[in-house]
Amino acid sequence: MIDPGASLQLMAVALALFGGCAGLAVIAPRRTFAFVYILCIAAALLALAVDLTVMLTGSVLSGRLPLGLPTIGLNVRLDALSAFFGVVVNFGILTASLYGLGLNRESELSPRVEPFFAAFAAAMNAVLLADDAYSFLFSWELMSVTSWALVLARHEDAESRRAAHLYLIMASIGTIALLFAFGGMAGPAGGYDFATIRAARLDPLLAGLVLAAVLVGTGSKAGIIPLHVWLPLAHPAAPSHVSALMSGVMTKVAVYGLVRIVFDLLGEPSLWASATILILGGASALLGVLYALMQHDLKRLLAYHTVENIGIIFIGLGLSLAFAASNYPELAALALTAALFHVFNHSLFKALLFLGSGAVLHSTGKRDLEELGGLIHRMPGTSILFLVGCVAISALPPLNGFVSEWLTFQAILQSPNLHLLPLKVLVPTIGAALALSAALAAACFVKAFGITFLGRPRTDAARQAEETNRFALTAMGILAAACLLAGLFPGLVIDALAPLNSALLGAHMPTQTSMPWLSIAPIGASQSSYNGLLIFLFIIVSAGLTAFVVRRIASHAVRRAPAWDCGFPDLSPNTQYTASSFAQPIRRVYGKTVFSAEEHVEMPPPGSMAPARFHVTLRDHIWDALYAAPAQQVLSQARRLNVLQFLTIRRYLILMFVVLVILLITVTVGT
Amino acid sequence: MLPSLTSFLGQGMQMVLVLVLAPGIAGLTRIVKARLMRRRGPPLLQPYHDLHKLIRKEAIIAESASWLFRVAPYLIFAFSWVAAALVPTFATGLMFSWTGDVIVIIALLGSARFFQTLAGMDVGTAFGGIGSSREVMIATLAEPAMLLVVLNLALAAGSSRLPAIADHFVAQPLAIRISLALALMSLVIVALAENARIPVDNPATHLELTMVHEAMVLEYSGRHLAMIEAASQLKLVMYISLIVCLFLPFGIATVNDGFLAWIAGFAIFAGKLSLTAILLGVWEVSIAKMRVFRVSEFLSVAFIFAFLAIMLSFLTQEVLR
Repeated sequence: MIDPGASLQLMAVALALFGGCAGLAVIAPRRTFAFVYILCIAAALLALAVDLTVMLTGSVLSGRLPLGLPTIGLNVRLDALSAFFGVVVNFGILTASLYGLGLNRESELSPRVEPFFAAFAAAMNAVLLADDAYSFLFSWELMSVTSWALVLARHEDAESRRAAHLYLIMASIGTIALLFAFGGMAGPAGGYDFATIRAARLDPLLAGLVLAAVLVGTGSKAGIIPLHVWLPLAHPAAPSHVSALMSGVMTKVAVYGLVRIVFDLLGEPSLWASATILILGGASALLGVLYALMQHDLKRLLAYHTVENIGIIFIGLGLSLAFAASNYPELAALALTAALFHVFNHSLFKALLFLGSGAVLHSTGKRDLEELGGLIHRMPGTSILFLVGCVAISALPPLNGFVSEWLTFQAILQSPNLHLLPLKVLVPTIGAALALSAALAAACFVKAFGITFLGRPRTDAARQAEETNRFALTAMGILAAACLLAGLFPGLVIDALAPLNSALLGAHMPTQTSMPWLSIAPIGASQSSYNGLLIFLFIIVSAGLTAFVVRRIASHAVRRAPAWDCGFPDLSPNTQYTASSFAQPIRRVYGKTVFSAEEHVEMPPPGSMAPARFHVTLRDHIWDALYAAPAQQVLSQARRLNVLQFLTIRRYLILMFVVLVILLITVTVGT
Repeated sequence: MLPSLTSFLGQGMQMVLVLVLAPGIAGLTRIVKARLMRRRGPPLLQPYHDLHKLIRKEAIIAESASWLFRVAPYLIFAFSWVAAALVPTFATGLMFSWTGDVIVIIALLGSARFFQTLAGMDVGTAFGGIGSSREVMIATLAEPAMLLVVLNLALAAGSSRLPAIADHFVAQPLAIRISLALALMSLVIVALAENARIPVDNPATHLELTMVHEAMVLEYSGRHLAMIEAASQLKLVMYISLIVCLFLPFGIATVNDGFLAWIAGFAIFAGKLSLTAILLGVWEVSIAKMRVFRVSEFLSVAFIFAFLAIMLSFLTQEVLR
């Protein structure tokens, strides 16, 4: 372990390494690009070690550099909260860089990706270190701009350009909102460093406005509904290892921003803040997974799923705020632990799945599920690792996704203690949304894995796919192993989060590693307990034993034969279920209300040899109402005002005169 | 939580018990149905003979099947068996009952379904896809409804561990609570849907297009089919014992009560199980199967009941702490 006192210096070294990588990639010739990833791995390892030390010891380190704003300087601080998110960020960077090492030297390493990759990594670490509004916003913007450049990596593609454009607009809106939020918190005196903000007390109205601005600022980056629109376009457009970073890690930096401001800086938690966050979380969880189910582009499906998982995280955060406001610090710690555990888990399995989709894309050139199939035969390693990710994200035991959802449900079970009536109605509704989204997520990943990897190949590209390189397999293997370990030993993760909870809420969950047999019990063993390790062993032992016994005492003969399929021989792969036909029952059940889904069948007239056509229309109401309609308004208003551009000089003078008169009248009346 | 010999024995007994009883319960329901239709029906032991025969036959595997197809039956069986082992049947206080609460049991069944639907898609035939896609549609409504039901009971009992819930309701005076009545109705609907029973699914039709569960396992044969059959019989027993444990927990023993209490617990459990199986048979002959897209409405009723139940619980009580 590292001496905690030196961690800030070591962190600076790590940041310098990242920065050096970026610089190197800009000035150096093409062949150093792979070297960039090696340096990034070294920097990420160093930062990871520092973050782990600080998180486990719960120490707080701060420093001030004579840079930045004149009176404030550049404040940096590393505490348990930023160290925890640092672990998430740097683990993601580590595996993404490892994947990057395997990229094709001729065709895929490009001057458009490598410099920005390292700068992006540095910026995310810098956000976590910032301890004043200026450095926070500066690194936040650096993170946005570098990731924007990465989204534009394939700029020849019109869709990428559109995604990047939308991302830039949404990122700007988010930063403006954060600017307002910090302005509101700092007050007229301009105490922009976090220590001053933390000490200040805001009046409730201002605190409410600040909260709204913070939710817009961090929510738009995290992809909370209805600010998610850029995410499913931008995340898939980037190269796959960058998608993994954006979806798995950058959204978590946004969650960090929210936790830092709401739990740490803003002071007294309010019940209304928690209700707002709960509603946003519930809506994102449910709608995110429904959107994901309707997709047949593998990477876009994964990106929409990020919206769902961020929703689950927000549910945990909202519950935690509600408990904190009702003076139940232990329960608040339970809910916050559930949310942060899910932050950790999601960063693991979402990165794993994006890297897996990258391997598929690399090997087949396809992202569309309808053009894949049967890859389990051609890419055995990728398919089993992708399967681990699918099981984990579907919240199935014994992997890690289940543990955090289980903890969230335990927190919901404790919430009749909340006294406010609206919350008593809201929490079971959120619980129902969470239950629905968990079941829908499993359906979604049966579709994603089943259509991509199982069945028979639907195109020649899928038929000729080849296993991905060993760097990619190693990166995915590390992530899959982490998913398994976090699922089997959840008590270790919960205990690692204890110093953080104590610092933020003044309480933490009972120590879990002292429980017998490594099981976890969030409140007390009499109320609920879960033991992932034993469940895992039970399943493995009973499955293995059964297989052994059956093969031993009974037949173990196997005959390969053509598929039975009720006696229809030799069918073309086109007769398989496709991604859209798989989702059709769910579309019929949920899609009519959520997407106004309509199915159209065009039958050719009798005797005609023309094929029958079937197509589905889905409407995205959020986009139509909140984005397309205002944009339309702005355009039509602009067109109307366009006449002002073509006036004669006399009319311009008259216009200025009238404006002047109105202004003078206003001033006189005002005084 | 300390392991003792009796609790270990009890756990072992339970695992063997559910395994041995499961085909019998399926057979009993079949007989009841046949008799009510004025057929003689297969003997009670027929499901045991079927399993025996299937296990000894050679397995035929489609050429396009992968390793997942061969591993899945054992996994499905193991998930169902572990889930069934965690539900108290004849006694509480079993050795491993604390390894998972009621949410874990639902999630284990979810895992079994996950692999079952994947196995249905593995060969790459239209029937497998049709079965899997309908199964996940049914699950997206049934699973949340069930989760809400058990959360509701956990709220009432102040614990999400099944033995604690059973003990709580045994100790409670008999009373009808609206939220519990709604929860029971919801859980029964979910159990019908999850076990591929009429009116949701009918394994006995001759047309595969109308099936859900059977369409999914169409490509299986031999020992693999036997494992899947055994798993679905286990699942039926698990659901019945869950309903019984949650809503009719009287007569359940604790492992330390001694050998006689165990015997009594066995007898009472076997009685409750047979009674439910007979009721299931009567229900199945008295109702027709629904179209697939009516199923979603049927299950929405379950979901709404469960939601109303939990809403009532939230509004009327506080957690015991």
